[in-house]
Amino acid sequence: MSADIAHELHGDREKKRAATAATSARVRIVLALGPATAAAGVVWAFVQPWRLTLLDPHGQGFWWLLAEPPLYIVLVGVLFRVLIARALVQDMEDAGR
Amino acid sequence: MIVAGIEPRAEMVHWWFATAILVLGLLFLAETIVGPEVWARRPWRRYLWPATMFLIGLLLWPVMALYTNSMIHMVAHGSWAQVLMLSGGAELGVVRGKLHSRYWRLTSAGALFVSGTAFLVHEQNGWFFARAAFLHHALGWTLIVAAVFPLVQAIRPRSVAAASGFAMTFFVVAVLLYCDRDSAAILGHFSQFAGVPHR
Repeated sequence: MSADIAHELHGDREKKRAATAATSARVRIVLALGPATAAAGVVWAFVQPWRLTLLDPHGQGFWWLLAEPPLYIVLVGVLFRVLIARALVQDMEDAGR
Repeated sequence: MIVAGIEPRAEMVHWWFATAILVLGLLFLAETIVGPEVWARRPWRRYLWPATMFLIGLLLWPVMALYTNSMIHMVAHGSWAQVLMLSGGAELGVVRGKLHSRYWRLTSAGALFVSGTAFLVHEQNGWFFARAAFLHHALGWTLIVAAVFPLVQAIRPRSVAAASGFAMTFFVVAVLLYCDRDSAAILGHFSQFAGVPHR
Protein backbone atom coordinates (compact mmCIF):
# COMPACT_ATOMS: atom_id res chain seq x y z
CA MET A 1 0.00 0.00 0.00
CA SER A 2 1.39 3.38 -0.93
CA ALA A 3 1.82 6.13 1.65
CA ASP A 4 -0.72 8.33 -0.18
CA ILE A 5 -3.47 5.71 0.04
CA ALA A 6 -2.66 5.03 3.67
CA HIS A 7 -2.93 8.76 4.49
CA GLU A 8 -6.22 8.96 2.61
CA LEU A 9 -7.65 6.00 4.50
CA HIS A 10 -6.49 7.48 7.79
CA GLY A 11 -8.11 10.83 6.89
CA ASP A 12 -11.39 9.14 5.95
CA ARG A 13 -11.36 7.21 9.21
CA GLU A 14 -10.77 10.43 11.19
CA LYS A 15 -13.61 12.19 9.38
CA LYS A 16 -15.95 9.24 10.00
CA ARG A 17 -14.97 9.19 13.67
CA ALA A 18 -15.63 12.95 14.02
CA ALA A 19 -19.01 12.59 12.31
CA THR A 20 -19.92 9.64 14.56
CA ALA A 21 -18.92 11.63 17.66
CA ALA A 22 -21.05 14.60 16.56
CA THR A 23 -24.01 12.30 15.88
CA SER A 24 -23.67 10.54 19.21
CA ALA A 25 -23.54 13.91 21.02
CA ARG A 26 -26.70 14.95 19.20
CA VAL A 27 -28.33 11.61 20.01
CA ARG A 28 -27.58 12.12 23.69
CA ILE A 29 -29.03 15.65 23.64
CA VAL A 30 -32.20 14.54 21.85
CA LEU A 31 -32.63 11.65 24.29
CA ALA A 32 -32.07 14.01 27.23
CA LEU A 33 -34.65 16.62 26.14
CA GLY A 34 -37.69 14.65 27.33
CA PRO A 35 -36.27 13.55 30.70
CA ALA A 36 -34.91 17.08 31.32
CA THR A 37 -38.37 18.53 30.66
CA ALA A 38 -40.01 15.95 32.92
CA ALA A 39 -37.41 16.67 35.62
CA ALA A 40 -38.25 20.39 35.42
CA GLY A 41 -41.89 19.50 36.10
CA VAL A 42 -40.92 17.32 39.07
CA VAL A 43 -38.71 20.09 40.52
CA TRP A 44 -41.58 22.58 40.16
CA ALA A 45 -43.92 20.15 41.92
CA PHE A 46 -41.52 19.93 44.87
CA VAL A 47 -40.90 23.68 45.02
CA GLN A 48 -44.60 24.61 44.79
CA PRO A 49 -46.58 21.54 45.87
CA TRP A 50 -49.75 23.65 46.16
CA ARG A 51 -49.80 23.83 42.35
CA LEU A 52 -50.84 20.16 42.44
CA THR A 53 -54.38 20.28 43.72
CA LEU A 54 -54.53 16.48 43.39
CA LEU A 55 -52.38 16.30 46.53
CA ASP A 56 -55.22 17.90 48.50
CA PRO A 57 -58.32 17.46 46.36
CA HIS A 58 -61.00 18.15 48.98
CA GLY A 59 -63.04 21.25 48.20
CA GLN A 60 -61.46 21.76 44.78
CA GLY A 61 -63.63 22.38 41.73
CA PHE A 62 -63.42 20.52 38.44
CA TRP A 63 -61.13 23.05 36.74
CA TRP A 64 -58.73 23.22 39.67
CA LEU A 65 -58.45 19.45 39.64
CA LEU A 66 -57.80 19.50 35.90
CA ALA A 67 -55.21 22.30 36.10
CA GLU A 68 -52.00 20.58 37.24
CA PRO A 69 -49.24 22.47 35.39
CA PRO A 70 -46.23 20.56 36.84
CA LEU A 71 -47.87 17.31 35.75
CA TYR A 72 -48.44 18.74 32.26
CA ILE A 73 -44.70 19.38 31.96
CA VAL A 74 -43.85 15.86 33.13
CA LEU A 75 -46.37 14.45 30.65
CA VAL A 76 -44.95 16.52 27.77
CA GLY A 77 -41.43 15.31 28.62
CA VAL A 78 -42.46 11.66 28.77
CA LEU A 79 -44.49 11.83 25.56
CA PHE A 80 -41.67 13.61 23.74
CA ARG A 81 -39.21 10.92 24.82
CA VAL A 82 -41.50 8.06 23.81
CA LEU A 83 -43.15 9.40 20.66
CA ILE A 84 -40.59 11.76 19.13
CA ALA A 85 -37.06 11.22 20.48
CA ARG A 86 -36.94 7.46 19.94
CA ALA A 87 -37.84 7.69 16.25
CA LEU A 88 -35.56 10.68 15.77
CA VAL A 89 -32.57 8.83 17.17
CA GLN A 90 -33.30 5.87 14.93
CA ASP A 91 -33.37 8.19 11.91
CA MET A 92 -30.14 9.91 12.98
CA GLU A 93 -28.41 6.56 13.21
CA ASP A 94 -29.81 5.48 9.84
CA ALA A 95 -28.66 8.75 8.27
CA GLY A 96 -25.19 8.30 9.79
CA ARG A 97 -24.70 4.87 8.17
CA MET B 1 -67.11 37.99 31.20
CA ILE B 2 -66.10 34.79 33.00
CA VAL B 3 -69.04 32.84 34.38
CA ALA B 4 -67.84 31.77 37.82
CA GLY B 5 -67.62 28.02 38.29
CA ILE B 6 -68.39 27.16 34.68
CA GLU B 7 -65.47 28.60 32.79
CA PRO B 8 -61.90 27.93 33.84
CA ARG B 9 -59.95 30.85 35.24
CA ALA B 10 -57.72 32.85 32.90
CA GLU B 11 -54.56 31.58 34.64
CA MET B 12 -55.56 27.98 33.86
CA VAL B 13 -56.06 28.81 30.19
CA HIS B 14 -52.58 30.39 30.20
CA TRP B 15 -51.13 27.14 31.64
CA TRP B 16 -52.81 25.07 28.93
CA PHE B 17 -51.43 27.31 26.21
CA ALA B 18 -48.03 27.22 27.96
CA THR B 19 -48.10 23.44 27.62
CA ALA B 20 -48.85 23.63 23.89
CA ILE B 21 -46.08 26.20 23.47
CA LEU B 22 -43.68 23.98 25.43
CA VAL B 23 -44.46 21.21 22.94
CA LEU B 24 -43.65 23.62 20.10
CA GLY B 25 -40.37 24.57 21.78
CA LEU B 26 -39.32 20.92 22.10
CA LEU B 27 -40.20 20.22 18.48
CA PHE B 28 -38.28 23.27 17.21
CA LEU B 29 -35.27 22.46 19.37
CA ALA B 30 -35.21 18.81 18.30
CA GLU B 31 -35.43 19.84 14.63
CA THR B 32 -32.56 22.29 15.14
CA ILE B 33 -30.39 19.64 16.80
CA VAL B 34 -30.93 16.88 14.24
CA GLY B 35 -31.13 19.12 11.18
CA PRO B 36 -33.94 19.47 8.63
CA GLU B 37 -32.88 16.42 6.57
CA VAL B 38 -33.16 13.95 9.46
CA TRP B 39 -36.29 15.69 10.74
CA ALA B 40 -37.97 15.23 7.34
CA ARG B 41 -37.14 11.51 7.08
CA ARG B 42 -40.59 10.62 8.43
CA PRO B 43 -43.36 12.52 6.64
CA TRP B 44 -45.65 12.74 9.70
CA ARG B 45 -42.94 14.55 11.65
CA ARG B 46 -42.81 17.43 9.17
CA TYR B 47 -46.45 18.21 9.91
CA LEU B 48 -46.08 18.20 13.69
CA TRP B 49 -45.15 21.76 14.52
CA PRO B 50 -47.10 23.54 11.78
CA ALA B 51 -50.20 21.56 12.81
CA THR B 52 -49.60 22.39 16.50
CA MET B 53 -49.17 26.06 15.62
CA PHE B 54 -52.39 25.99 13.58
CA LEU B 55 -54.23 24.23 16.41
CA ILE B 56 -53.09 26.83 18.95
CA GLY B 57 -54.44 29.52 16.63
CA LEU B 58 -57.72 27.63 16.30
CA LEU B 59 -58.06 27.24 20.08
CA LEU B 60 -57.55 30.97 20.55
CA TRP B 61 -60.95 31.61 18.97
CA PRO B 62 -62.93 30.23 21.94
CA VAL B 63 -60.62 32.22 24.19
CA MET B 64 -61.51 35.32 22.18
CA ALA B 65 -65.22 34.56 22.38
CA LEU B 66 -65.41 33.50 26.03
CA TYR B 67 -62.87 35.76 27.76
CA THR B 68 -64.10 39.07 26.49
CA ASN B 69 -63.12 41.34 29.38
CA SER B 70 -62.97 44.27 27.00
CA MET B 71 -62.95 45.15 23.32
CA ILE B 72 -59.15 45.33 23.33
CA HIS B 73 -58.94 41.79 24.79
CA MET B 74 -61.17 40.54 22.01
CA VAL B 75 -59.09 42.25 19.33
CA ALA B 76 -55.84 40.94 20.87
CA HIS B 77 -57.01 37.31 21.14
CA GLY B 78 -58.61 37.48 17.69
CA SER B 79 -55.42 38.81 16.08
CA TRP B 80 -53.35 36.06 17.79
CA ALA B 81 -55.73 33.45 16.48
CA GLN B 82 -55.43 34.79 12.95
CA VAL B 83 -51.66 35.19 12.80
CA LEU B 84 -50.97 31.80 14.40
CA MET B 85 -53.37 30.08 11.99
CA LEU B 86 -51.74 31.94 9.09
CA SER B 87 -48.26 30.92 10.22
CA GLY B 88 -49.25 27.29 10.89
CA GLY B 89 -51.22 27.12 7.65
CA ALA B 90 -48.37 28.57 5.58
CA GLU B 91 -45.88 26.10 7.07
CA LEU B 92 -48.32 23.26 6.42
CA GLY B 93 -48.46 24.42 2.80
CA VAL B 94 -44.65 24.45 2.63
CA VAL B 95 -44.21 20.92 4.05
CA ARG B 96 -47.00 19.61 1.81
CA GLY B 97 -45.19 21.05 -1.19
CA LYS B 98 -48.00 23.40 -2.18
CA LEU B 99 -45.99 26.49 -1.27
CA HIS B 100 -42.37 26.83 -2.29
CA SER B 101 -40.94 30.18 -1.29
CA ARG B 102 -38.73 30.26 1.81
CA TYR B 103 -40.22 33.66 2.53
CA TRP B 104 -43.35 31.98 3.90
CA ARG B 105 -41.29 31.82 7.11
CA LEU B 106 -42.02 35.56 7.34
CA THR B 107 -45.52 34.59 8.51
CA SER B 108 -43.88 33.24 11.70
CA ALA B 109 -42.06 36.55 12.14
CA GLY B 110 -45.40 38.30 11.65
CA ALA B 111 -47.08 35.96 14.14
CA LEU B 112 -44.50 36.72 16.83
CA PHE B 113 -44.54 40.46 16.15
CA VAL B 114 -48.35 40.75 16.12
CA SER B 115 -48.64 38.54 19.23
CA GLY B 116 -46.08 40.66 21.06
CA THR B 117 -47.78 43.90 20.06
CA ALA B 118 -51.16 42.51 21.10
CA PHE B 119 -49.76 41.55 24.51
CA LEU B 120 -48.46 45.09 25.04
CA VAL B 121 -51.51 46.87 23.69
CA HIS B 122 -54.09 44.95 25.69
CA GLU B 123 -52.24 45.32 29.00
CA GLN B 124 -53.59 48.55 30.43
CA ASN B 125 -51.55 48.52 33.66
CA GLY B 126 -47.89 49.20 34.35
CA TRP B 127 -45.18 46.55 34.81
CA PHE B 128 -45.49 46.29 38.62
CA PHE B 129 -49.29 46.50 38.94
CA ALA B 130 -49.43 42.73 39.51
CA ARG B 131 -47.74 39.59 38.21
CA ALA B 132 -50.13 39.22 35.27
CA ALA B 133 -49.36 42.77 34.11
CA PHE B 134 -45.61 42.17 34.46
CA LEU B 135 -45.87 38.96 32.46
CA HIS B 136 -47.89 40.63 29.71
CA HIS B 137 -45.19 43.28 29.30
CA ALA B 138 -42.39 40.68 29.47
CA LEU B 139 -44.17 38.39 26.98
CA GLY B 140 -44.89 41.29 24.63
CA TRP B 141 -41.30 42.49 24.45
CA THR B 142 -39.93 38.94 24.30
CA LEU B 143 -42.10 38.15 21.29
CA ILE B 144 -41.35 41.42 19.50
CA VAL B 145 -37.58 40.96 19.92
CA ALA B 146 -37.81 37.26 19.01
CA ALA B 147 -39.56 38.10 15.73
CA VAL B 148 -36.06 38.74 14.40
CA PHE B 149 -35.28 34.97 14.49
CA PRO B 150 -37.81 33.81 11.86
CA LEU B 151 -36.96 36.97 9.92
CA VAL B 152 -33.34 35.81 9.73
CA GLN B 153 -34.52 32.26 8.93
CA ALA B 154 -36.43 33.59 5.92
CA ILE B 155 -33.22 35.13 4.59
CA ARG B 156 -30.79 32.43 5.81
CA PRO B 157 -32.84 29.21 6.21
CA ARG B 158 -29.86 27.17 7.46
CA SER B 159 -28.88 29.59 10.24
CA VAL B 160 -28.51 27.46 13.38
CA ALA B 161 -28.37 30.57 15.58
CA ALA B 162 -31.71 31.82 14.25
CA ALA B 163 -33.31 28.36 14.56
CA SER B 164 -32.00 27.98 18.12
CA GLY B 165 -33.20 31.46 19.06
CA PHE B 166 -36.61 30.71 17.58
CA ALA B 167 -36.83 27.44 19.56
CA MET B 168 -35.66 29.01 22.83
CA THR B 169 -38.25 31.79 22.45
CA PHE B 170 -41.00 29.21 22.89
CA PHE B 171 -39.41 27.89 26.11
CA VAL B 172 -39.22 31.43 27.50
CA VAL B 173 -42.84 32.11 26.52
CA ALA B 174 -43.95 28.81 28.10
CA VAL B 175 -42.15 29.61 31.38
CA LEU B 176 -43.66 33.11 31.49
CA LEU B 177 -47.14 31.72 30.85
CA TYR B 178 -46.70 29.06 33.54
CA CYS B 179 -45.78 31.87 35.98
CA ASP B 180 -49.12 33.58 35.39
CA ARG B 181 -51.63 34.01 38.22
CA ASP B 182 -54.85 36.00 38.03
CA SER B 183 -53.78 38.13 40.99
CA ALA B 184 -50.38 37.78 42.59
CA ALA B 185 -47.46 39.97 43.59
CA ILE B 186 -44.44 40.51 41.36
CA LEU B 187 -41.06 41.09 43.02
CA GLY B 188 -42.79 42.38 46.14
CA HIS B 189 -45.09 44.75 44.23
CA PHE B 190 -48.86 44.42 44.19
CA SER B 191 -51.30 47.24 43.50
CA GLN B 192 -54.11 47.79 45.98
CA PHE B 193 -56.44 47.84 42.95
CA ALA B 194 -55.39 44.38 41.75
CA GLY B 195 -57.70 42.35 43.98
CA VAL B 196 -56.81 39.70 46.54
CA PRO B 197 -53.28 38.32 46.06
CA HIS B 198 -52.76 34.57 45.68
CA ARG B 199 -49.55 32.62 45.83
